[in-house]
Amino acid sequence: MHRARHGVMGETQTGALAVEARGLWKRYGSMDVVRGVDLDVRAGECFGLLGPNGAGKTTTLRMLLGQTPPSSGELHVLGHPVPREARLARNRIGVVPQMDNLDPDFTVRENLLTYASYFGLRGDQLARRVDRLLEFANLDGRTQAQIQALSGGMKRRLSLARALINEPALVVLDEPSTGLDPQARQHIWQRLNMLVEQGRTLILTTHYMEEAERLCDRLAIIDNGTIIACDSPRNLVAAHIEPHVFELRGHGIGEWEHRGGTMAGRAERVGDTLLLYTHAPEPLLQALGADPNQRYWHRPAGLEDVFLKLTGRELRD
Amino acid sequence: MLTFPAVSLRFLSVWRRNLRVWRKLMLPSIMGNFGEPLLYLLALGYGFGQLVGDIGELPYMVFLASGIICSSAMNTSSFEALYSAYTRMTVQRTWGAMLDAPLNVDDVALGEISWAATKALISSTAILVVASLLGLVGGWQAVLVLPVILLTGFCFGACAMVVTAVSRSYDFFLYYFTLVMTPMLLLSGVFFPLDQLPPLIAQGAFLLPLAHAVEVVRPLMLGGAPTNAGLHLGVIAAYGLVAFTLATAILRRRLMS
Ligand SMILES: Nc1ncnc2c1ncn2[C@@H]1O[C@H](COP(=O)(O)OP(=O)(O)OP(=O)(O)O)[C@@H](O)[C@H]1O
Ligand SMILES: [Mg+2]
Repeated sequence: MHRARHGVMGETQTGALAVEARGLWKRYGSMDVVRGVDLDVRAGECFGLLGPNGAGKTTTLRMLLGQTPPSSGELHVLGHPVPREARLARNRIGVVPQMDNLDPDFTVRENLLTYASYFGLRGDQLARRVDRLLEFANLDGRTQAQIQALSGGMKRRLSLARALINEPALVVLDEPSTGLDPQARQHIWQRLNMLVEQGRTLILTTHYMEEAERLCDRLAIIDNGTIIACDSPRNLVAAHIEPHVFELRGHGIGEWEHRGGTMAGRAERVGDTLLLYTHAPEPLLQALGADPNQRYWHRPAGLEDVFLKLTGRELRD
Repeated sequence: MLTFPAVSLRFLSVWRRNLRVWRKLMLPSIMGNFGEPLLYLLALGYGFGQLVGDIGELPYMVFLASGIICSSAMNTSSFEALYSAYTRMTVQRTWGAMLDAPLNVDDVALGEISWAATKALISSTAILVVASLLGLVGGWQAVLVLPVILLTGFCFGACAMVVTAVSRSYDFFLYYFTLVMTPMLLLSGVFFPLDQLPPLIAQGAFLLPLAHAVEVVRPLMLGGAPTNAGLHLGVIAAYGLVAFTLATAILRRRLMS
């Protein structure tokens, strides 16, 4: 995705790194949860962390924020060594946590003011910034509402607004759109795009491939605590998957498994679905067209195909 | 590993957050602060007072008032640092939000304990007012009770924070109440003088902080000067500092793992 980059935020010159991690390792008891992660997040980009449940995404983010010390490895965030100078780094970071932790003892507006006080912010300028953020989050009609009265989407938007209270250079978002309806998700995407255009760096984790594809300049796929691929979404698809995918369902797929397999570059049977991957779709289109009993779906390869190829199809829990 | 807490003035924003929440329910809260000790003083004071008569030279109500000021500081502060702080740490995830901002665990713990001490101060001030209206106060020196109460509140807030730090549920607090708080409340000279107890128990009471608070507060309430005030206050402060250090160490392990 190409974006015009203006609104330079001081430290986000091209080439600068917002996050630089080397050999990041985290061990819990006898379990290695993050195993030697190297990460370069460029200033001004939107960087995605993709991985199955338990891959170590949240743990990696917590280490970046200085909320848990790495067992080993080196880490710089916005130029600060972390965890040593984590407080200084967090001064310029906004956080949208995986689980909302809005303050139920306050109204919407008070939540922003209270959170601002944790940064030592106050005064007229803050009041104006709060108004602006409430507008940004489409919550300007709900400023006096109690948190319990908000929908999931509103809570998420408030969490995002809250993360921006300190005008952060880096915004860290752990599954920002999980559990939201399509409207709310689109709204969050729009807002995140605006943040990147303002020149901020974004790091987000997600389980939605579409979200990663649309938002992220680059992304890392992480599994079992190691990064197994890192590039732009387009390059990842080009590097790992044939551009055309045929999905076949129904009784006939047993027959097509062999035939299609020889015509396509690669065939894969998943339950009652047969997947055929190919660089040249024409012969398959013709053959499938000649078999009226076989239902099929022809689509371009996407990030989900890459993800499943690299991390496997077994359930994680 | 016990390292000394790394405190910064940022703890004040935690304290202020709690103050802002308290202010929303200030009226009923203050009414409770006045009502409860008034009830205790009148019921126990009149009821027991008739049976007990004077203690030394003191009417029982006068004796009781200075005890209740201390026990109320202990209770108020402990409750805040147990139930309320635990709720903010777990259910509400209020601490989580603070730790996403540039606060660290030690700031949060110090903010919570200072707030617990402040609530102790509020409730004890109410009792002091009630006591002086009932004519149970002997002189201006009684005002000096307030800084003592603040220290006492800090001490018990810090002790309670250690319990909060190791708790995995609210039920765990019952052990602390049954095994520590209740015995301390009954054996620290709040309701009756320590010399009524077997000497060993009376001396044992001074291993815990509440008896020391009572020793300082009671003479002040009567308009006099406490003896060995430095020693008593030193014990309370030492308990507070050790508990605070311990609480932050445990909380750091719990929240930063
Ligand atoms: N404090 C902890 N103590 C012990 N194990 C932990 C701790 N925190 C995380 N883990 C374990 O580390 C692994 C990685 O967890 P993490 O939360 O980083 O995964 P994730 O990629 O964010 O997963 P999800 O997509 O489900 O959010 C999991 O197996 C988890 O159980
Ligand atoms: Mg996670």
